[in-house]
Amino acid sequence: MAMLQSTKALLTSTRSSSLAAKTAIRAFATAAPVNPAIPPARTTFGNLSDEDRIFTNIYSRHDFRLKGALKRGDWYKTKEILLKGHDWILNEMKESGLRGRGGAGFPSGLKWSFMNKPSDGRPRYLVVNADEGEPGTCKDREIMRGDPHKLVEGCLVAGRAMNANAAYIYIRGEFYNEASNLQIAIDEAYKNGLIGKNACGSGYDFDIYIHRGGGAYICGEETALIESIEGKAGKPRLKPPFPADVGLFGCPTTVANVETVAVAPTILRRGGKWFAGFGRPRNSGTKLFCISGHVNNPCTVEEEMSIPLKELIDRHCGGVKGGWDNLLGIIPGGSSVPVLPREICDDVLMDFDALRDVQSGLGTAAVIVMDKSTDIVQAISRLSAFYKHESCGQCTPCREGTSWLANMMTRFEAGLARPREIDMIEELSREIEGHTICALGDAAAWPVQGLIRHFRPELEARMAQFRQETQAQAQASA
Amino acid sequence: MLGRSLLKQATPAIRSVAAKRTISSSRIALSDKLFVHRDTPDNNVNVRFEFTPENLERAKEIMAKYPPQYKKAAIMPLLDLGQRQLGWTSLPVMNAVAKMVEVPPMRVYEVATFYTMYNREPVGKYFLQLCTTTPCQLCGSTEILKTIESHLGIKVGETTKDGKFTLVEVECAGACVNAPVLAVNDDYYEDLTPETTIKVLDSFKTGKPLNAGPQSGRHTCEPKGGLTSLTGEPTGPGFGVRPDL
Repeated sequence: MAMLQSTKALLTSTRSSSLAAKTAIRAFATAAPVNPAIPPARTTFGNLSDEDRIFTNIYSRHDFRLKGALKRGDWYKTKEILLKGHDWILNEMKESGLRGRGGAGFPSGLKWSFMNKPSDGRPRYLVVNADEGEPGTCKDREIMRGDPHKLVEGCLVAGRAMNANAAYIYIRGEFYNEASNLQIAIDEAYKNGLIGKNACGSGYDFDIYIHRGGGAYICGEETALIESIEGKAGKPRLKPPFPADVGLFGCPTTVANVETVAVAPTILRRGGKWFAGFGRPRNSGTKLFCISGHVNNPCTVEEEMSIPLKELIDRHCGGVKGGWDNLLGIIPGGSSVPVLPREICDDVLMDFDALRDVQSGLGTAAVIVMDKSTDIVQAISRLSAFYKHESCGQCTPCREGTSWLANMMTRFEAGLARPREIDMIEELSREIEGHTICALGDAAAWPVQGLIRHFRPELEARMAQFRQETQAQAQASA
Repeated sequence: MLGRSLLKQATPAIRSVAAKRTISSSRIALSDKLFVHRDTPDNNVNVRFEFTPENLERAKEIMAKYPPQYKKAAIMPLLDLGQRQLGWTSLPVMNAVAKMVEVPPMRVYEVATFYTMYNREPVGKYFLQLCTTTPCQLCGSTEILKTIESHLGIKVGETTKDGKFTLVEVECAGACVNAPVLAVNDDYYEDLTPETTIKVLDSFKTGKPLNAGPQSGRHTCEPKGGLTSLTGEPTGPGFGVRPDL
């Protein structure tokens, strides 16, 4: 009996304690505890000061050669950075919160750390993706012709972080003058012992080579790019195996965007914390924005992440042509991401998460502005034609689907379609999306989906108008 | 039903748009050009092509960039070298490259047909590549295209009678902030208007090409209304560097 009672007591005590735990969890959910150690989050972003800009020569106003680069602070204490070792570099990169600048936004520190497995005797490669072809994007070009030493130094420190033996920089073939500037920078770096054997006197050997492309957008996809360097047609490979296991020439490889690599030395010199201080959490840092289309002064500019889109355009581009009220829509991250209508553009922030929340994306941060004079259907139709042209033809959904999209969009331009075909093209785009080896299929589908999501009335009106006109013509001829 | 009856009665112009709907058995149009090779007097296996001694030196440098067991990787730069020597990529150029990197010629043909920058037909002395993708289109590339066509009297894909100019449309040239963009051989002419386009073309006709770059007075990609960033001198070495380095 006594035993039973004690068990009962035990039971009640556990019940009450579990109840206490439950209420504690509830309390947690309703009111977050105030932690005085964490400073209040910043709520306004933008207006970056010149001394916090990493790319100080994107306008090519200064000397791009080694002498000018040294004057601007490149190659300062690179040896000390290299001597700190790969763990230190990777930690700093992780702390900086840098996310890949090529479009997908994968955390760079993490990506680079995939390479540091015990060596199995194979060489390791860093491949820099300078195949900049996303419509709207022209930032890497400015880095390569104005600040090539930032990229060369970036290759060295990124290569050190992943213990790579060499870097291949894949530049699109059309960028002949940019490749030539970069080659000059590489030659200067070799001549001064900054790269090559015993780079910067750190005892680490590292080579950098340039490989020029041949005019194929698909080679901006990492595995297609690897195929292309290997001297084959640029057709993406199935993953896995991922390039970090089997990449260029069958060796472990990491592919990174030019901007990602070129910001690394400055981050390491000034500290990951400094870089993480810009932008919202998980979207930290500074970023090159290219604003093209219907703005008064199109330009490329480095700004803080999470800057409001409207402020970016007003501050640096002299506003939209004809004023903000004349705005029709904006493609915020290069041609692959869905278009945003004016209502969303009013207060959206330019970072990965904010744009994902409005069903678009930051992509390469190439802002394409369209005012009310734009034929939005024609603009998106042109993008469909672009993807049709650039599909490598390997996967059926993409090869056939992009042609279908382009053909249907051409008809939509004139309005020669029925309203139910809007749903058909939407369904078609869903059949392409996610059913291909690489992301080109998705990229082709998204602009069309964005158009339908936000400009469906425009499409329908055009079809109604076409029907009315043909009816009138038919009656007149009868 | 209604749509079909309307189409029957529609004007020829509408009918031509409507014709795009039909399923056609066209060739695989992934590139602008024909994939298959057709023998011509200046493009067949019997035409001789050899790299010049300077280019053989360059070829050696190029092949040294890649691991010795992956000579194949040099196909693209070597094709480019051959194209620069001859002016276009003929069948003998491809065969010479295949011989140099020790692969079956078909491997080189695959590459040469996949990439758009290898011209498998002769082109004019000045190869005009006009970007017409959306950002350039928004800034008036259609007008530039019309200007070039009417000024030179050629259509897209054609060469002028004197063999000086060939005009093609290309996809995004990667200079969208400086739209519209016309690439002449390796140089970009940016920020074009119909007037400046004619000036650029005329400068090539007279043999004194204008300087490449923006034709609007801009230096590169800065805002044309005056700088909004990077106004002062850049900071020097050691600025803001962490103390523990």
